[in-house]
Amino acid sequence: MSEIKGASVVIVGGGVTGLSAGWWLAREGVDVLVLEKGLIGWEASGRNGGGCSHHHSPLFAEEQRLWPIMDELLGYPTEFRGERVRLASSEHQMALYGRALRNAARQGFESDVLDVKQAKEMVPLAGDTVVGGYHYKFGGHANPHRTLQGYAWAMQDHGGRILQHTTVTGFRTEGGRVVAVETDRGEIGCDTLVLAAGPQTGRLSAMLGQEVPVQSARCEMIVTEPLPLMPLGGVDGCGLYGRQTLRGNLAYGGGPHEWLAMAEEGTLPKPTTPLMLHMGKRLAELLPKAAHARIIRSWAGVIENTPDGRPVIDRLAAQANVVVATLSSVGFGLSPASGRAIRDLVVDGACGFADISSFSLARFAELEPNWRDLQGWQVTAATEAVAA
Amino acid sequence: MTVPASDPKSVTGKPLAIAESVDVLVIGAGPAGLEAAIGAAARGFGVLLVDENPVPFRTMGDDVPLHFGQGMAASARNRNAMMEAFVASEPRIAEAFEAGVDLRLGTACWGLYANGPALGWMPGLVAGLADEESSILVQVQHVILACGRRDMGLGFPGWEKPGVMGATAALNLATRYDAFGPRKVVILGSNTEALTTALALRDAGVTIAAIVEQAAEPIGDADLLASLSAGGIEILAGHVVREATGRDGVEAALVAKLDGEGRPIGDERTIACDGIVLAVGATPVIDLIDAAGCKVAFQAERGGYAPVLDASQRTSLANVYAVGDCAGIWADKTRDRAIAEAEAARAVAALGEESAETETVAPSAPGYDISAYRLAWVRASVIEARAEFHVCQCEEVTAREILEVRPPRYLDWQNERRNDRSLSALLGDGPPNPDQVKRLTRAGMGPCQGRRCREQVAALLALGAAQPLSAIPLAGYRAPVRPMALAMTVHVPEAPEQAEHWDTWFGMHAQWVPFWEVPARYTVATNDATGPVASE
Repeated sequence: MSEIKGASVVIVGGGVTGLSAGWWLAREGVDVLVLEKGLIGWEASGRNGGGCSHHHSPLFAEEQRLWPIMDELLGYPTEFRGERVRLASSEHQMALYGRALRNAARQGFESDVLDVKQAKEMVPLAGDTVVGGYHYKFGGHANPHRTLQGYAWAMQDHGGRILQHTTVTGFRTEGGRVVAVETDRGEIGCDTLVLAAGPQTGRLSAMLGQEVPVQSARCEMIVTEPLPLMPLGGVDGCGLYGRQTLRGNLAYGGGPHEWLAMAEEGTLPKPTTPLMLHMGKRLAELLPKAAHARIIRSWAGVIENTPDGRPVIDRLAAQANVVVATLSSVGFGLSPASGRAIRDLVVDGACGFADISSFSLARFAELEPNWRDLQGWQVTAATEAVAA
Repeated sequence: MTVPASDPKSVTGKPLAIAESVDVLVIGAGPAGLEAAIGAAARGFGVLLVDENPVPFRTMGDDVPLHFGQGMAASARNRNAMMEAFVASEPRIAEAFEAGVDLRLGTACWGLYANGPALGWMPGLVAGLADEESSILVQVQHVILACGRRDMGLGFPGWEKPGVMGATAALNLATRYDAFGPRKVVILGSNTEALTTALALRDAGVTIAAIVEQAAEPIGDADLLASLSAGGIEILAGHVVREATGRDGVEAALVAKLDGEGRPIGDERTIACDGIVLAVGATPVIDLIDAAGCKVAFQAERGGYAPVLDASQRTSLANVYAVGDCAGIWADKTRDRAIAEAEAARAVAALGEESAETETVAPSAPGYDISAYRLAWVRASVIEARAEFHVCQCEEVTAREILEVRPPRYLDWQNERRNDRSLSALLGDGPPNPDQVKRLTRAGMGPCQGRRCREQVAALLALGAAQPLSAIPLAGYRAPVRPMALAMTVHVPEAPEQAEHWDTWFGMHAQWVPFWEVPARYTVATNDATGPVASE
C-alpha cells in the first residue's frame, strides 16, 4: 500500500458541506484533502430539492449573499435561479407559510402576498386548487448534482485533493489532538480534522470521545418528464418542496420519513416506496395543469438529524483540532455559507460573519440519553440489530 | 414504563392502501410466465398473472417498454385487434384462463417493494400495478418475475429516424400482432438472437436486405446462418452502418467495410430499406428486479446484468423468483422455450419451500466475448461515427458530451478556461459510474428511462476507461419502471394520519425556530412541540 500524503486539513465526508468547506479553505491556499467512502455527493447532498431559502438560519444572510455569485466564484454552473413562489391550497397552509415572510422581513428581505389571480399568473401550471401564495423576492434553487461537482472541481482547481472510495476506520490522537486519520488505504496525517460525514458523523465523533447526536432517516422525491418552463421555476407548497428544473422536469419531495439505524460501515441502500404515489397526487394538486405529466423516476436519500433538527458546526471539547459539522437534513442550500463558517472555525477559531452559537454542541449538555425513544424515532427496518 | 408515541411524521404505523392480496403474482405472460402461472395454480395457489402487452399505441410511440422505433403498422392503433392478436398468438394464454389464473393483460407492474436494511414500512411484498385507467397496490406472498428481454441500443447518424428499432420490438410486432411496419430491413448483429430474429421476420413476410456484422465473421449458430444464406440473405461481416438516410423515416442504410482496427474504410454502399433492426445485444429486463433490491451482477453467460439466482430461480430477496429471459439470455434458451419453462417449473416447485441454498448451474459460456463484442460495435458505430448524433435521444446528448462530461446544452455554458474536465478527471480512483455521468450530462435521464441508451452509455464509459463492460456498475433502476401520469396516482388513497403531516419537513418544531429565538439548551422534556409548524 503506497503512502497517502497527508494534508494540513483533512475533511471526512465528500458531501456538499465538506466540499464547500474544502473549497473555501483551498481558495485561500490551505492544503486540504477530502476523504469520501464512496462517490462524492452520493448521499443526501445529491438527492435533495435544491432549495436555497433558509430564513430561520443564522447563515441565511450569507446564503442569500453568496448564491447569486456562486457560478462566478466556482467557475462552474450551479443552475442557481433566484426567488421562489409558495402556493397554498388551503387557508391553513396560507397562514402557515406566512412565517417565512415575517422571518425574512425581519432580516431585510421582501416578499409579496399573492391572491388567486396573481398566483395563477405567476404559475402557469397552477389551477383551481390554489387559494393564494407568497412570492419571496429572495432565495431560489440550484441543481444539487452540478453544484456539488462544481465545489469539487473548484477545490481541485485551487490545489485541494479528493480521495474517493476511502473509508475512515479510526483516528490517531496525541496530546488531545488528532494527528492522523486511519483509513482502509492507510494512515493520513493532518493538522486539523473536519468531520462532515453526514449520517456517519455520530459514529465517527463518538470514536473521538464526544458523540454528535444524530439519527438517520430515509426521505423520497419524484421527478416528471420535462414540461414547458414556467417563468419562475422555484414553485412549491401544498406540503411539497422542490422546483421545476431548468430542463423543465418537476422535481418534488415531501411526506413522511422512515427512521433508520446506520450500518457500522458502508452505506445503506436507498429504496423508494409507494410514497411516490402520494407525492404524485400532491403535485397534481399543486400544479393541476401538469396532471398529465408522467413520473419517470423516484429516488430516496438517507439524511441525518440532530435531536432539535438544528445544525452542529463546532469544535470538539475533547480534541482541540477537530471541527464537526452536520446541517441536520437542511444542508444543500446553506452550503455556500456553512462551508465558509467551517473555514472560519478552522482558520480563525470562530465564525466571523454570523452568530452560530445556536449550532453549538453545548446545547445538548442536558439532553436525555434516551432522546431517540422519547421523540419516537423508532427503527423498524431490519438493520435494527446492527444499530450502534 | 410507558412506550413513547412514535414520531407522528414518520411512516411508523401508517397503513398503505392495499387493494388486493394474492398468493402468487407472476409478471409477464411469455413462455416462462405462463408455465409459472399455470403450474402455481395447479399447486393450489391463487395466481395473478399480469402482462403489460398489448401496450397502447401511444406508449409504443414513446419506446416503452421496448424500442419500437415508430415501426408499428397503422393496425397497431386498433387496441381490440391488438388484444385479440396477442391472445391468439400464444395458446397457453387460454390454458391459463382455464387453469383458474387471474390473468390481466394490458396491466403493467411498475414497482416492486420489499423490506430490507433501509426499509421496514412495507407490510410484506408489495407490487404496484397499472392499466390504462388506474394504478393500485397489491400485497403478494410470492413474486415470479418473467419480464423478458429488451435490446441494447446502438446509435449511428440517423438512428433516431422512424424505422430504427430493437429486435425484440420487431419480433413482437411481426410475429404476435402482425403489425410490423417496415417491408424490408437491415439487421445489425449476427449472434443467435439476431439470426433467429432474421428468420422469424423472414417467415413473417419481411424482406431481409442484409445482415450487417462488425466482427470479421458472423458469430451465431452455424445452422441458422446456413439456412439464412441458403435463402439468399446477404451477410456483410466486417461492416458497419454509417448512416440511416431518408426524409420522414429510414429509406436506406449506408454501410461501409471496417479495417483491421475497426475503422470504417472505402466506399459506402447504399442498401435500400425501410427498417434497421438492432440485434447486437439482447439484455434481460431487470428493472423491477434491481429496483426491488435483488442482487444483480454482470454475467456474460446470461447476456449482461442479470439477477443472482439459486438453483430454484430464487433471487436474493425472500419469495422473489426470476424465470425466463429476465433471468438470463443465452443461445440455447433463445432457440428452445422449454429451457425457460423448466426454470418456471423449478420456481413453482420451490414456492413455500425452504431454500436449499444450492447454487444454480451456470449456463455454458457464450461462444464469443459479449463484452468485447458489444464494445466493438459501439466503437465502430458510435465512436467512429462520421458525424455527431444523440446517443441519448430524450435529452439529446452526444457521445463526445458523455465522454467529456459536458453540462447539458440548455445551460449554454461556455467556459474555455475549464475544458479539461473529461471523464478521466472525474474518475479519480474508481471505475466510471453511469449514474454519476447521468447526473452531470443528463444522458439516460429522459422519458424513455434510458431504455435506448443505457447499455451504450455503459459501453462508452468502458471504452473511455479501457475497462471491460463488467467493470462498469449498473445504472440503477427505480420505480416507476414505466412512466406514470401524475393523474394516475390518485387511485391509491393516503392514510389520513399521514396526510395531515406534510407541511413540515421532518415535523420538528425546534428545527424551524428562527435563530434569534433558539434557547441555550435543548432537551426533549423542555422542547415545545405543540401547535402548527411549516418548514422554510
